[in-house]
Amino acid sequence: MGIRFDSVTVAYDGNVVLDSLDLTVEPGEVMALLGPSGSGKTTALRAVAGFVRPVSGRVLLGGRDVTDLPPYRRGIGMVVQSYALFPHMRVEENVAFGLRARKAPRTEIRQRVAEALEMTGMAGYARRHPRELSGGQQQRVAIARALAIRPDVLLLDEPLSALDAQLRSGMLTELARLHRELPDLSMLYVTHDQVEALTLADRIAVMDRARLQSCGTPRELYRAPADEFTASFVGNANLLPVTVGCGGVDFAGAGLKVGTGDAVAGARATLCVRPHLVGLGEGPNRLTGTVTEIQWRGATHRLYVEVDGHTLMADVRELRDPPRHGDRVHVHFAAEDAVLLPAGVAGDGS
Amino acid sequence: MAADLVTRTVGTLPRTTPASPGPGKVPEAPRNTRPRRWGAALWALPPVLALGLFFLYPLALVVRQSLQPDTGGTSLRPYADIFASEAFRHALWTTVWLASASTAGCLVLGFLLALVIAFVPFPGAKAVARFIDVYLSFPSFLITLALLFVYGTTGIVGSFQFLTTPWGVLLAEVTYFTPFVMRPLLAAFGQLDTAQLEAAGSLGARAPRIVRQVILPEALPALAAGGSLVLVLCLNEFGIVLFTGAKGVTTLPMLVYSKAILESDYPGACAVAVVNVLISVGLYGLYRVVSRRAGA
Repeated sequence: MGIRFDSVTVAYDGNVVLDSLDLTVEPGEVMALLGPSGSGKTTALRAVAGFVRPVSGRVLLGGRDVTDLPPYRRGIGMVVQSYALFPHMRVEENVAFGLRARKAPRTEIRQRVAEALEMTGMAGYARRHPRELSGGQQQRVAIARALAIRPDVLLLDEPLSALDAQLRSGMLTELARLHRELPDLSMLYVTHDQVEALTLADRIAVMDRARLQSCGTPRELYRAPADEFTASFVGNANLLPVTVGCGGVDFAGAGLKVGTGDAVAGARATLCVRPHLVGLGEGPNRLTGTVTEIQWRGATHRLYVEVDGHTLMADVRELRDPPRHGDRVHVHFAAEDAVLLPAGVAGDGS
Repeated sequence: MAADLVTRTVGTLPRTTPASPGPGKVPEAPRNTRPRRWGAALWALPPVLALGLFFLYPLALVVRQSLQPDTGGTSLRPYADIFASEAFRHALWTTVWLASASTAGCLVLGFLLALVIAFVPFPGAKAVARFIDVYLSFPSFLITLALLFVYGTTGIVGSFQFLTTPWGVLLAEVTYFTPFVMRPLLAAFGQLDTAQLEAAGSLGARAPRIVRQVILPEALPALAAGGSLVLVLCLNEFGIVLFTGAKGVTTLPMLVYSKAILESDYPGACAVAVVNVLISVGLYGLYRVVSRRAGA
């Protein structure tokens, strides 16, 4: 079952927190809503769940308009950051809650609870209370509880934010496995963590200031972002203010040979280059600058190189003899690794 | 080098520092604790003296008086007399059923009102919650006085004539004591993660099931706390019964009053008072046991 936002607007006391959202999640697709705090992503999810009522627009589940339906009649599973397990109930009672609410027969409840716990690797913890489990285990129970009712749509609101980095990585793998095992299940995954979105999602909807900025596959958004915000929020990006020239762009007095597409010569634009695609030393599109910061990150070194007042990030493989602070270095990038974006904040030269 | 570092670090420790007990071991208590113990005793002395002088000593006098019948000597005669009297048994029964019914009424009404204030968004909900705090400071007779204007013989609906009956006392007690249940409940509801309610809703549960299976179990310790407080207060309530003017309603505190002031039977009054205290203390003990088992 797919999800469709049809010009959905949500406002609290006249303050618009979700502005005319048009978005479709295909059946069986994992859609990540990615954005900073206050971007409207959680509001969008709550509109699907039925906890906020749009002031205009429609929410459709499987083609059915559910805008006016109360949450208990929408048939969706939901997992939230705080797990929201019922503390007085054992794990098996938590998982059975939705089935009991739907008045499922006892034998079916037993069977489905066992299946859900097995699927999430929590079969051995059925008789425990939530307080006896770790954060990761509690989140698995929350997922089992949501899946036990066999929803067509699963809503996940920052489900891994309360977990430490190692657990988060493990749970991401688990969620990816669940997605493979339940190919018909549509997931709407709200997160502000680009790694979670890039790892798990089939498509990512990037949101900012209550509006949808762009939507595409992780690779599309990473390789060819449509705007500066998307470029900077999906992965790290060097955003250089440039002027479009003939067959390239001008930056800091240097001519760079990059594709300019339909851009008009003389127009201001922003050149986006990912840090890991910037090389150290001689090469095409060479720039010369001063090292202002060096960070060792295990497998890589990140260099911050100041070129004509603009700082470039370069992630290079761990160097045996890295440059020092204040050294003059050359950096370069290939033409096909640069994307020209409409001028935004960086293009304004600020 | 590492060993050197350890040696040097250990070597810098002051000699009086006790050795580390090792993992899982309880460190030994410092040997010289006498000054601290005396200091603690000095701090404890004033409140203990005040408690003894102003509370325990008068209470002991009441107990002593209850064991000294007018005929002289020391005996349990006053207790035998009051246990044998029909008036005492009637007062005991009236006290217990009124307190129990009032508590039940407060629990039901308080739970429903707190539920609405906490979970049903309406304009002024916060103001109402604050008013509950103010209401707790009102004297009990004020509520009864206010009820007289409504249900009294010259009140707005005075034709009911029921304020002077046990039902009038019950109404007044429920009206006055309900906020005592609501206060801890509102605090407990404030701690409840609303995501639990939303999760329950998304799983298909309607409001009655959410209240019954999610909210109520979480509210049980607060209900137990508020309910036991109201029960004890109702058992000892005097002002409301006096102000309603319910002549046929004699509770234990009223019996103490009539025996001491009207009949000048001080041993009998003190014996009733001691029984009243024992019931209150017993109920409080029961509450502690139940709340501990409930994990409150």
